[in-house]
Amino acid sequence: MPITNKMAYDKFTVLRSSAVPLPIENVDTDQIIPARFLKATERKEFGDNLFRDWRYNPDNSPKEDFILNNPVYSGKILVGGKNFGSGSSREHAAWAIYDYGFRCVVSSFFADIFKGNSLNIGILPVQVSAEFLDRIFTAIEADPKTELEVNLPEQTITILATGEQESFDINGYKKHNMINGFDDIDYLQAMKDEVNTFAAKSLY
Amino acid sequence: MSNTPSTLFDKVWDAHVVRKIEDGPDVFFIDRHFIHEVTSPVAFLGLESRGLNVMSPERTFATADHNTPTINQHLPVKDLLSANQLRALESNSSKYGISHWGLGNPKNGIVHVVGPENGITLPGMTIVCGDSHTSTHGAFGAIAFGIGTSEVEMVLSSQCIMQPKPKKMRINVNGKLSKAVTPKDVTLYIIAQLTTGGATGYFVEYAGDVFRNMSMEGRMTVCNMSIEMGARGGIIAPDETTFNYINGREKAPKGEAWDKALSYWKTLKTDEGATFDEEYHFDAADIEPMITYGTNPGMGMGISKNIPLATDLKGGVATYEKSLNYMGFHEGEQMKGKKIDYVFIGSCTNGRIEDFRAFASIIKGRKKADNVTAWIVPGSHIVEQQIKEEGILDILTEAGFELRQPGCSACLAMNDDKIPAGKYAVSTSNRNFEGRQGPGSRTLLASPLMAAAAAVTGMVTDPRELMEVQEEELELSYGL
Ligand code: SF4
Repeated sequence: MPITNKMAYDKFTVLRSSAVPLPIENVDTDQIIPARFLKATERKEFGDNLFRDWRYNPDNSPKEDFILNNPVYSGKILVGGKNFGSGSSREHAAWAIYDYGFRCVVSSFFADIFKGNSLNIGILPVQVSAEFLDRIFTAIEADPKTELEVNLPEQTITILATGEQESFDINGYKKHNMINGFDDIDYLQAMKDEVNTFAAKSLY
Repeated sequence: MSNTPSTLFDKVWDAHVVRKIEDGPDVFFIDRHFIHEVTSPVAFLGLESRGLNVMSPERTFATADHNTPTINQHLPVKDLLSANQLRALESNSSKYGISHWGLGNPKNGIVHVVGPENGITLPGMTIVCGDSHTSTHGAFGAIAFGIGTSEVEMVLSSQCIMQPKPKKMRINVNGKLSKAVTPKDVTLYIIAQLTTGGATGYFVEYAGDVFRNMSMEGRMTVCNMSIEMGARGGIIAPDETTFNYINGREKAPKGEAWDKALSYWKTLKTDEGATFDEEYHFDAADIEPMITYGTNPGMGMGISKNIPLATDLKGGVATYEKSLNYMGFHEGEQMKGKKIDYVFIGSCTNGRIEDFRAFASIIKGRKKADNVTAWIVPGSHIVEQQIKEEGILDILTEAGFELRQPGCSACLAMNDDKIPAGKYAVSTSNRNFEGRQGPGSRTLLASPLMAAAAAVTGMVTDPRELMEVQEEELELSYGL
């Protein structure tokens, strides 16, 4: 069965995994998933077209120098350069990342809409300092199998090989949702009366 | 509450908070929800799988734009997947009682063009759409921003989304704009100053005489591009220009309702002494016609300048080099004189009547360059109609251009209008990302004037070189 809505996301507590490095700044959602792949009316198979034009040549053969085509790198964590996810609001970008198998994206800076979309579908965006991001890239360069531990309850990210650690921010509400696999629609449905009363007074 | 000075943004935001969640987002009420064929189908599926209904179909408007062809719209859509999405929009709209302006409907057009045009967009409203350029509607003093599909489902089912309140930024531009400097140049200039992520986390109010004097169309262009510096949206205080634009439009309030609305709208401005988290001041005289040379909208410069040297950057050299490499440009080069292949005028950024007037002011009496393929695409049928009525179509035809039918067209390469790999396009749209206009395409963002100058010369050209007599007409068109 295809996943047709985001209720199907996994709970997130502690994730320990190797990571895929993408040290490019301003990775926009048109790169994450080009518009021509947004034509589905169901949410399925977006992972196949993640980073499509960086990953494949026009004849669909894989571009060997792109990181996702390098078997040395794998894992559930994607580490991107500054200003990750800018541009279009397409949630398909987050779907593509999730469907490919990532559960967490690490960067020193995220675009707003991408960050919100990620949280809504069960990807944890972890914002670290520029220095810590560099250290992660260095650690992966030294050993592609190096593992990171992302601990959501504690709000920490650790480079396991060196023990270097940083904490990250997330609001309490979203944290609770991610840990429990809850989503906003359930919350909003539960306050329907309050919304109706509000709507009745609305000017428009 | 009353005596603390507050900003326009605070006034509108706070009036829409249904509930504040401690250490969490606000439950935020949405007055108007625009939907289109690309980002809504999965949201409707979600509704169905949960057995939920659309809470306020009367606050929801559907239009088809992203996927639609821009020629032969009377024929069935050839691309099966596109046709499928268009059908889904239509059937979902009819199932839930949402008004739907599909292909062929006289009101059809790009979502951010048709909303204002029909008086749906009003001051003080909250407006969302599964499209980041929803920021356009901020030109009316509304809080408007793009959302993801999960949020589309939230709005459909509860007319609310969960939003942390953004920080506030004010950008002031004062003084007199120079010749051939249009609203598009103003916004490209601001984005170049702040960079592509420079306003992330903020909602931007635009203030100062440049915006006060600007037409509604110009203000929409500026607010539209707010997202390109990372801002969630832009907002401009409504004034007489706004009220005059709205008055008489189909869905605008009438009679007593108008008077009541108007007296409320007049309160929608930032109070003296209200504070912002960040504030910038720019001088209008520093802005010249702009063009981009790289692969994000922050990589723009005045047409008389040279592409910056990597050594002048504050970092990100590898990313910069990758970008120039993609574009086939070199640091230190001029943009002027570069040969181009395509010109696109249209999109929700520059697909309104002013934009076609500006374009026509330069091509009038000239001919399209032989090496150029030009796509001239109105933002809506209403704009298309105006182009015909004002005689702009005749000017276009005489100069060797063809007018296409409304839609997003070459803005995002989802329909048939794609720029081929390696080709250069001077485009009045909003994004020059790699492959945005088609795999391998290279985009130079610019104003309709710059696009016109390129279209008739076949290369990047300073529009000021082509306009002597036209200046007065232009002042009229953008109100500058
Ligand atoms: S014209 Fe471009 S930016 Fe505007 S709504 Fe269409 S695709 Fe989006």
